[in-house]
Amino acid sequence: MQTKNIMIVGVGGQGTLLASKLLGRLLLSKGYDVKVSEVHGMSQRGGSVVTYVRYGDKVYSPVVDKGEADVIVSFEMLEAARWVEYLRTGGTLITNTQQVNPMPVITGAMAYPENLQEKITALGVQLDAVDALALAEQAGNAKAVNLVLMGRLSRYFDFTEQEWMDAIEQSVPPKFLELNKQAFLLGQAKAN
Amino acid sequence: MKKLMLGNEAVARGLYEAGCSFVSSYPGTPSTEVTECVAKYEEIYAEWAPNEKVAMEAAFGACLAGKRSFCGMKHVGLNVAADPLFTIAYTGVNAGMVIVVADDPGMHSSQNEQDSRHYAIAAKIPMLEPADSAEAIDFVKTAYAISEEYDTPVLLKMCTRIAHSQSVVDTGERVLPPQKPYEKNGGKYIMMPAGARQRHPLVEQRTKALTTYAETAPLNRVEPGRDHSIGIITSSTSYQYVKEVCGDTYPVLKLGLINPLPVEKIKAFAADVEQVIVVEELDGIIETHCRHIGLKVEGKELFSCMGEFSQNLVAEKLGMEKAGGTSLNETIPMRPPVMCAGCPHRGLFYTLKKNKLTVHGDIGCYTLGAVAPLTAIDTTICMGASVSGLHGFNKANEGASDNRTVAVIGDSTFMHSGVTGLINVAYNDSHSTVIILDNSITGMTGHQQNPTTGFNLKGNPCSKIDLEALCRAVGIRRVRVVDPYDLTECDTAIKEELAADEPSVIISRRPCALLKYVKHAGPLTVQTDKCVGCKACMKIGCPAISMVDGKAKIDNTLCTGCGVCSQLCKLGALTPGKEA
Repeated sequence: MQTKNIMIVGVGGQGTLLASKLLGRLLLSKGYDVKVSEVHGMSQRGGSVVTYVRYGDKVYSPVVDKGEADVIVSFEMLEAARWVEYLRTGGTLITNTQQVNPMPVITGAMAYPENLQEKITALGVQLDAVDALALAEQAGNAKAVNLVLMGRLSRYFDFTEQEWMDAIEQSVPPKFLELNKQAFLLGQAKAN
Repeated sequence: MKKLMLGNEAVARGLYEAGCSFVSSYPGTPSTEVTECVAKYEEIYAEWAPNEKVAMEAAFGACLAGKRSFCGMKHVGLNVAADPLFTIAYTGVNAGMVIVVADDPGMHSSQNEQDSRHYAIAAKIPMLEPADSAEAIDFVKTAYAISEEYDTPVLLKMCTRIAHSQSVVDTGERVLPPQKPYEKNGGKYIMMPAGARQRHPLVEQRTKALTTYAETAPLNRVEPGRDHSIGIITSSTSYQYVKEVCGDTYPVLKLGLINPLPVEKIKAFAADVEQVIVVEELDGIIETHCRHIGLKVEGKELFSCMGEFSQNLVAEKLGMEKAGGTSLNETIPMRPPVMCAGCPHRGLFYTLKKNKLTVHGDIGCYTLGAVAPLTAIDTTICMGASVSGLHGFNKANEGASDNRTVAVIGDSTFMHSGVTGLINVAYNDSHSTVIILDNSITGMTGHQQNPTTGFNLKGNPCSKIDLEALCRAVGIRRVRVVDPYDLTECDTAIKEELAADEPSVIISRRPCALLKYVKHAGPLTVQTDKCVGCKACMKIGCPAISMVDGKAKIDNTLCTGCGVCSQLCKLGALTPGKEA
């Protein structure tokens, strides 16, 4: 099969690394060749972060380039807008509707762009917007946004519930397992 | 069993399987996880050294004692360790010694984009370069075999995309070679001029022998292609982009041994294709070698010596079809990294800015003090340069000095190479004020222990440097400690120490807000009836504060309750405790 490309984008500290690790582990268990490219270091400190997950029969490049992503999972609205150019024609953008102001907006040097959902939809992108923060809080912790969004992403794969749950178990500390499973299920179940 | 493994974790696995027994490193993105992962193997002794030079010398000592040894660092770390590197190239090793150096093309987390392959050539040391995690494991083992067979330390070069990408590996068992006895051998290990003159010819012979090895070593392989109008020579992550774009269209010579490079193998490859293109990130090292052996190749005319490549870039330069996406037709505000909410450095930097000081900065999280709205740093060069730079700046200004200049340096960076600068301040008596930002951890690279924290790499309690005593011992009489959450205390200390007629050190002490053991007061509340929207609280650039409908708003998921903002609010609108 042709290599598939998934991008997970967000703000440093939102838990994008865990999401990409979980996804990579699941894809490997399904027998695919997998590469996951991460971001460490300075940009993790509240900067714009991106991780790439690629899978198929044989994967070479560890990164996804402009116009290549089949699915982008964005943890924040502005980051969805920033990375939308990486989506292929007909690709899907799953996004958390949460807004986190970057420093130029906080200092008043720039404004947070308005109506981003409408503008992204106007590009012909399949937009799947969800209030992941509200669902994470419902599951019991605002930090579970990553698992809510993984739940949402699971709707675009044919993997069984058990396969996802196994991957979650291998990726999160036992103490937070139930909370994370709950967040995943809430993300998965939320109707359009 | 097949596993997904980070490139750096794979290097650590390779060290384990190759029977490495001694590891000494200094953290630096993108190399840090090698040593963090290797520390998890009980069989391997692993430590954080105060700097890369110490780490490399310690690793050399361990190999001399007869155990396979290792040290890891980022590209700029190799500058610090260059002194031992060039001479252990002469002495060679006893048991094998491997050095990882991780480059950072694109400068994701670095102050320059230097190409470490120059060091391998300059120091005449073999260098291997893996292109994924599976190769990282294999190449570490090969590196030890080369090290022992050819009596040389071996460099293993990583880059951000190989170090920080997970790919599939098969793991194996650990094979521990017996410890080699140390035998006195002054001619080999004492590099006085007479001895070194005897060793240098051996180094040249070794490079010749390794060049012969490079001709047939499986590290360098030709992958066949259907279309011989172009042949591509490449390595590392560039190889992955080339294969992504070309598949098996063009023949590819994939190089795993970067120094020394083969001659006949490259000539034979070139003879079999109409045009040779070299694809390599940063400098044209392979390209220069090809030209040197009389081949006509294309390289840096097509591919920049700056930044990272990608599949789209390679496709474009090779004249092939590339993907392209559609962007929004508007400016998206940048999201630069920022100091975390509750960061202890923030209050201090606010004070420096308020006093309009010239600030010699250093390497660490606190370099973010240069970013708006704090914009409190004037220079960032390299580890330790703040202290020594301040000394020179003040000496040059002596007599004309306005006493408006300080250095800021973190605890780990101070241990790395700040203390030597401070010795110079005391010894040559410049009236400098050095501020040590002691957040009790190596922050930027992700919380590594260091000599000031009281814990070692394995997490065990150990001797803890007394910073105050150290500063006094080198000859600084004025040493004081402040809490950076207390703006008044910071302001007073800085004013008094700048006015003093002798060198001084201010230790700004509070642990990193992200450390697990640090307990926070909890989010503040905005008293909306008192807030007039004056934005005084915004001056510290805290990501937890924003203005909504003309009033300050606290992000409860970020705010730690450090209270620095409330000290700026003259109306008392920011109060402890979460909104009811």
